[in-house]
Amino acid sequence: MSGDVFRLIAQAQAAYARCIDSDRLEEWPDFFTEKCFYTVTTADNHREGLEAGLIWADTRGMLTDRVSALREANIYERHSYRHILGQPFILDSDGEDGEGVRCETPFLVVRIMRDGTTDLFASGRYLDRYLVDGDAVLLAERVVVCDSSRIDTLLALPL
Amino acid sequence: MTSTTELPDWPDGLTRIPYWAFQREDVYAAEQEKLFRGPYWSYLCLEVEVSSPGQFRTSFVGDTPVIVARDADGELYAFENRCAHRGALLALDDKGTAKDFTCVYHAWTYNLQGDLTGVAFKDGIKGKGGMPESFCMEAHGPRKLRLAVVHGLVFGSFSDDVDDIEDYLGDEIMGRIERVLGGRTPVVLGRFTQMLPNNWKLYVENVKDSYHASILHLFFTTFEINRLSQRGAIIVSEDGGHHVSYSAIDREAERDAAYSEQNIRSDSGYRLADPSLLEGFSEVGDDTTLQILSTFPAFVLQQIQNSVAVRQILPRGVESTQLNWTLLGFEEDTPEQRKVRLKQANLVGSAGYISMEDGCVGGFVQRGVAGASDEAAVLEMGGAAAESSESRVTEASIRGFWKAYLAGMGIRPEVQA
Repeated sequence: MSGDVFRLIAQAQAAYARCIDSDRLEEWPDFFTEKCFYTVTTADNHREGLEAGLIWADTRGMLTDRVSALREANIYERHSYRHILGQPFILDSDGEDGEGVRCETPFLVVRIMRDGTTDLFASGRYLDRYLVDGDAVLLAERVVVCDSSRIDTLLALPL
Repeated sequence: MTSTTELPDWPDGLTRIPYWAFQREDVYAAEQEKLFRGPYWSYLCLEVEVSSPGQFRTSFVGDTPVIVARDADGELYAFENRCAHRGALLALDDKGTAKDFTCVYHAWTYNLQGDLTGVAFKDGIKGKGGMPESFCMEAHGPRKLRLAVVHGLVFGSFSDDVDDIEDYLGDEIMGRIERVLGGRTPVVLGRFTQMLPNNWKLYVENVKDSYHASILHLFFTTFEINRLSQRGAIIVSEDGGHHVSYSAIDREAERDAAYSEQNIRSDSGYRLADPSLLEGFSEVGDDTTLQILSTFPAFVLQQIQNSVAVRQILPRGVESTQLNWTLLGFEEDTPEQRKVRLKQANLVGSAGYISMEDGCVGGFVQRGVAGASDEAAVLEMGGAAAESSESRVTEASIRGFWKAYLAGMGIRPEVQA
């Protein structure tokens, strides 16, 4: 693997976190390929191979719909996240077969409520598959594995 | 014993719910004793989760931890997850396979039926120490539960007085459980826990509240994906405690409406970019697209389109509730049907398009009533009765819950069925 790919992925991860944390959700689907897979699940479910997610999308359109629903339909108290990401660990850098680069990145997400209440909302890891095209890297797959099986109150903004 | 005689008076009828009912520690303690450990059936787990000998699952009846285990004789047993010696948990995992349960504290051992079978150093060492000769292992053990399995749902009760579950639920509720689960083998697709910042009864009210659905949950309306014509109704059991709310495609009205309304477009202008989310199938071959069923005190079976799930509601203190979601498919599913279920799981749970609001609205009430213990909620939509209704613009099933609640708590025993 070239250092370039690592740098590109790290940069993309940072951009992804900035996008959500600065409330630019409309841009969030742009981090994914058109035909993509995104899910949020728990470590227990992931370990057991249980397929269902809290969020489960197999197209970029479904991610767009998630954002539209949050903006137009769903009701929840105003809040924001702060993502703290670890370094991406490259699991399989063989980008030659078109499968892309698999990597794993740990995260912490702090949730800040309207009244200032600040809690550690989620910890876990991203299991990603990035497609690399020149200087562009896009997520073909992101499985968000939360360490805990508990979600406090609700999960509105994506992780 | 907890006394509820010191509680303020409950307003007459079922249309006023005093907010202190969601705020008091003594009410919470009385609920644990009279409802959860009383003559009622609580959902524990799925039968498929304890299908082979030696398999066990830990669960709860309200606050009380329990173990459900299948013994070598093929039968299911359930007992408190509590050592009879000093009270420590016997099983520390959510599930697993065991030959017996040995308490980690002093190695008292129990078989899968919950009988005490061994006490470490019972006879002492070299004739010294040990338990007195009068100690009788048969006289010690965690309390056992009665069990009942309804179409793959395992219910338990600490009470010997509770009716058989068929009578407890009644034909209508039994029939509605059978409609979703009967003759099929459920497959667990995922388990999720949602912590709600409110009293458990506020969530139960929300489940039984057919009035709020189209008001609080705007997903279907915003994206104009309601069907043209739906018919529906609510069913309230005679004692009030159990309910079903359902909606179904109204074929006749749809035929009439389809022509005249075909040009109607939404005002919102929003459309799903990927409408495959709603491309489902008839769940059991009928026209019912939604069926929410609850049993007293705290269990829900849902079919929302092709999202089938059970929800176990566990009180976790006066202002905290644990909601355990188990999302289901069936062995009979085709791969396409399974994919529909995974997609439609987006509708429910803590990130659900049409249930995320239920996670926060109870907290809004809990916080809203903080200084209003002596005030009361108003439940007059649809009148004052707690009966089945052809309209869902009613709070009848919530009144039903309170009818059963008042009876069970001994606050108004005369309404006990």
